[in-house]
Amino acid sequence: MNLLVIPAIPLLAALVASVAPGRKGAPAVTLMGACATLGGALWAAARVASSGRLVTIAAWAELDGLSALVLLVVAFVAVLAALYSWGYLSAHGYEPRTVRRYGIHFNLFVFALVLVPVLAEPALVWMAVEFTALFSVLLVGFDGTPEALEAAWKYIALMFMGAAIALLGVFLLFRAQAVVGGGHYSWEGLRSIGPRLPQGLVIAAFVLILVGFGTKSGLVPMHTWLPDAHSQAPSPVCALLSGVKTTVVLYTILRLVPLLPAHEMDVWLQGVGLLSVGTAAFLLLQVRDYKRLFAYSTVEHMGIIVVAVGFGTPHGAYGAMLQIVSHAITKSFCFFAAGSALLVVGTREIASVRGLVRSSPLVAASLLFGALAIGGAPPMAVFLSEFAILRAGLASGAYLATALLIGFIAVAFAGILLHVNRMVFGPAPAPDPAVHRRALPTTCVLTLVLGAIPILVLGVYQPSGLHTLMTQAAAALAPAVVP
Amino acid sequence: MPMPPATSADWLLNLNALAGGAFLLVSFGLVALRQVQGCVRLYVLQSVLLATSALLLSALFQTWHLYAVGILDLATKAVLIPWMLRRALHDEIYVRREITQVFNIPTALLMALALAIAAYFLSRPMLAAVAHDAPVALNLPIGLAGLLLGGLTAVGRREAVPLLLGLLAMENSAFFAGIALAPELPLTAEVSVAFDVLVLVFVVAVLTRAVERRTGTTAVGALTTLREDPRG
Repeated sequence: MNLLVIPAIPLLAALVASVAPGRKGAPAVTLMGACATLGGALWAAARVASSGRLVTIAAWAELDGLSALVLLVVAFVAVLAALYSWGYLSAHGYEPRTVRRYGIHFNLFVFALVLVPVLAEPALVWMAVEFTALFSVLLVGFDGTPEALEAAWKYIALMFMGAAIALLGVFLLFRAQAVVGGGHYSWEGLRSIGPRLPQGLVIAAFVLILVGFGTKSGLVPMHTWLPDAHSQAPSPVCALLSGVKTTVVLYTILRLVPLLPAHEMDVWLQGVGLLSVGTAAFLLLQVRDYKRLFAYSTVEHMGIIVVAVGFGTPHGAYGAMLQIVSHAITKSFCFFAAGSALLVVGTREIASVRGLVRSSPLVAASLLFGALAIGGAPPMAVFLSEFAILRAGLASGAYLATALLIGFIAVAFAGILLHVNRMVFGPAPAPDPAVHRRALPTTCVLTLVLGAIPILVLGVYQPSGLHTLMTQAAAALAPAVVP
Repeated sequence: MPMPPATSADWLLNLNALAGGAFLLVSFGLVALRQVQGCVRLYVLQSVLLATSALLLSALFQTWHLYAVGILDLATKAVLIPWMLRRALHDEIYVRREITQVFNIPTALLMALALAIAAYFLSRPMLAAVAHDAPVALNLPIGLAGLLLGGLTAVGRREAVPLLLGLLAMENSAFFAGIALAPELPLTAEVSVAFDVLVLVFVVAVLTRAVERRTGTTAVGALTTLREDPRG
């Protein structure tokens, strides 16, 4: 099977969704498309796990462990988000025209997200990364409220500023390869001649791409758009934005790590990551909106991944891969839970939600489960990945960075639990007739149940195929061995 | 009449330097000019200068890649984008004078000057790595300066169209450096970037119309309700 079939599926689904009849047509097409994409991604990941690489067009469209892992995570979250969208759209009772519009944008967004790992040529990857922003901006402003439109404007302006800066980095990278000569202009081609590349150009390109794409993945100090966009978008879109879009962009930055002079940038990466983790951990404490709470937690987790890579050891890289997977599945679950709370209580304000455990026990339970899971409580997946990262940090001798990381993670954990605790427990207020409440649709309940399974399972058990894939992905972060 | 090779290369480099100087000047203009229609014209002029530089370098490097880049650039940015903006947004927006800029004009120009000087120093370590390449030595610092000035334009503007033009000027500037750095970059990359920019203009036009319908203004920079502090 051709690798390009995988991004073609959501593209086709977008076309079909544009003519799908009724209120159920587009969501059904979207869900089928997402399931087919996941099927393709599983097939591709299995092939990569067994043979190491999957090449359709050499140097243009190929998968290795790292990109296969990202592809798999994107496809998995897309299925859950498509399932949740079904209930989300029907609960809001949108017109068929609006439902179709949502279906088109949602599928195009998934198309862009899938395209990034499948492509291997940096300039084309740049385009795909920019597509993830262009196709999601109208989803961010989907509600059409002044706040949502404001968030969408901030989002697109900062996305494109980041893209323009990164574009210069892509040009410099091409130049760096042209100086050496030979090989393809692709991730693997660059990695194979990594040590021979002129270091000045590679570092300049890396800094530009880190600033440009770091903006897009929400690294501090260019994170300001993230809580706005990730709180104003419809909840299933938030799950995709926070769970996988940030990861997909971070993936392109990680692609440059093996090109860097060995261990020279480690301290810088740790610093950049810790800045994000620390800032987000303290910003978490003072939020008033529970969707913003989880958005700041995304900034924190992006930082943790960068720190883990910055440890510069195979164990650190493996921890980063584990964190990519556990963050994606857990954060999307958190947004499904937050979205369910929003459907049920009709407000985003933490202060107006009390005693959820009495009024809607299922939502309260999933919100609490999501908060514990994303905070890193055992035995969930994030606990395992954060533990692996902290152990790698101690083993690599970066004691100060590890200590700071432990401190910030503890602050973030306390912050998330503090807010969620208030919402879940306490006396339930008398129902306010002015607030529009909705019943939780069955598909949303199903999403919560399905989404909770991998979070629990990956905390105690790792399928051997996934372990192989993550080992390969971690190896892709190390410089190539030059014969 | 054919000229001796060395002289023609010198001519091409000098003309390229002229285009580069004009490119930088236009970038300064975008920071300061108030009329919205004037900003659109400046952007078109900047794109024409980018295309000029690409055509000159294509003659210098003897590569058809840059020739195609220049033509593509003219077609999308000098023709298609102004046309799309005209079609998407009504005329009244273009005759506006923007008086709500974040910085006043002298301050903005002083900041722009500081950024241009910073770009010159920032590009020095990169230039050291591509030793003795005359086109890069000219295009890279100017491109980097344009990138920063475009960013300043986008940050300092509140009206939707000038803000968008600031973003597009950033992309132009990255390309201005790129044509000298990577003349042999596969054309698929350039086509995809051009396509990307067109989608951006389309999306921004849709968004601007939605903002105007909803709030009655296109001063998107003045929307500041999303904050962490308590709402009054």
